[in-house]
Amino acid sequence: MMDYEFDFAEILLNSDLLLRGVRLTVALWAIAFGTALVAGLFLGIARGSPRALLNWPATAYIEVFRNTPVLIQLVWFYYAFPVLTGLQTSPFLAASLGLCLNSSAYCAEIYRGGLQSITAGQWEAGRALGMSYWTLMRRIILPQAIRRMVPAFTNRGVELAKMTSIASVITVHELMQEARTLATQSFLPLETFTIVAVIYFVLIYPGTLVASVIERRLHAKGGQ
Amino acid sequence: MALLRIEALRKSFGANEVLCGIDLDVQRGERIAILGASGSGKSTLLRCINFMEMPSAGRILFDGEAVGREERGAMRYREAELMRLRTRIGMIFQQFNLFPHMTAVQNVMEGPLSVLGLKRSLAEARAMEYLAKVGLTEKARDYPSRLSGGQQQRVAIARALAMEPEMLLFDEPTSSLDPELVGEVLDAILGLSREGRTMLLVTHELGFAYHVATRVLFLHGGRILEQGTPDAVLKHPREERTRAFIGRHSTFAF
Repeated sequence: MMDYEFDFAEILLNSDLLLRGVRLTVALWAIAFGTALVAGLFLGIARGSPRALLNWPATAYIEVFRNTPVLIQLVWFYYAFPVLTGLQTSPFLAASLGLCLNSSAYCAEIYRGGLQSITAGQWEAGRALGMSYWTLMRRIILPQAIRRMVPAFTNRGVELAKMTSIASVITVHELMQEARTLATQSFLPLETFTIVAVIYFVLIYPGTLVASVIERRLHAKGGQ
Repeated sequence: MALLRIEALRKSFGANEVLCGIDLDVQRGERIAILGASGSGKSTLLRCINFMEMPSAGRILFDGEAVGREERGAMRYREAELMRLRTRIGMIFQQFNLFPHMTAVQNVMEGPLSVLGLKRSLAEARAMEYLAKVGLTEKARDYPSRLSGGQQQRVAIARALAMEPEMLLFDEPTSSLDPELVGEVLDAILGLSREGRTMLLVTHELGFAYHVATRVLFLHGGRILEQGTPDAVLKHPREERTRAFIGRHSTFAF
């Protein structure tokens, strides 16, 4: 083992390949997380609703996506989507869709928990002022709930960033897929994946730092 | 014409009937203290007036207009109608329920801003005016977590006033306050009573009720058992239960 000589130079020469992968990884992450933050809100509200017509479908959706492997979800979408719709899908579209749906389910649970943590008195105070449901949600409930949800969303964002690597199994040319190609071509899998791990870390870690700054700011303000 | 008319109001929670037929007319400028043991339905009565609780039966008329309409034997209420009604009736809660993510002045201007649609500058000016009225100009930029219970409740009063409502509902406004903080809140309410505002006040402060109310209701078992001037109900109660209730409040002194 000690005889092994690391040859990073060979990999770095091919860094343009990896950078191309980074771009797709970031795109997958941004699309899926952005969608999930919006769709998750409505799903989470439906999930917490006492009305069966809203609650039941939302619960079913969330539980299906949380309790099956994301790997299967992506593969399934890749093959099932053309069958169901008759439309050819690119691997990227199938991966985006799968990650969006999966992340939305997780974000819905974060929203539901966050919204439920706000006391009934806040709803009452808003309603007594004559606020509509959505005004109340936007002005009173969400600003308080989101503060409490920031850590959970950070976790979700980090998980999702790593989860994008699964898209490689349906041949999306994101970072992981490019790494595999490079590892095979160069016969240097160890160096390749070491560098790729560093790239993931460099991509994700600043995000968690930003999130903790946001968290501290929100707590300083109002400090409940 | 009465500002508020309540007709045969009933409210049940499951099998438990809390209000068993309340009839009440409130004229403009009246200050009505609602007394009764816990479970007598006094808070529920108050909360039915602005539809924080939906009445099970009966009718409520505000300013001569019936709220909701009857459809196949049951009352139907449109949310937009209830929202409009609530802008005209202010409510003050036992637990204050200030918005913790907003400063005092932001709390007070929130209604005018996001419900009445006032411009920010106007809403803020109005909020400052009402904060001054409850003596909290200095605390305008503080968050609720930095205020005492008494100060929080005064902000809550200013928040209700900033909507310039025609009627105020006080739901045990001093019950969750430390004894030494009760006075400042009662003073603020007393100030409002001098302005001739219409108010309904659920309270355990019998002495305060005696001084501030124009009429006292005594609720028992979801019904108005006795009502009249503070003097009549508190000093010369006709009903045995009223007498017993007043007797239990040993701190009561006129």
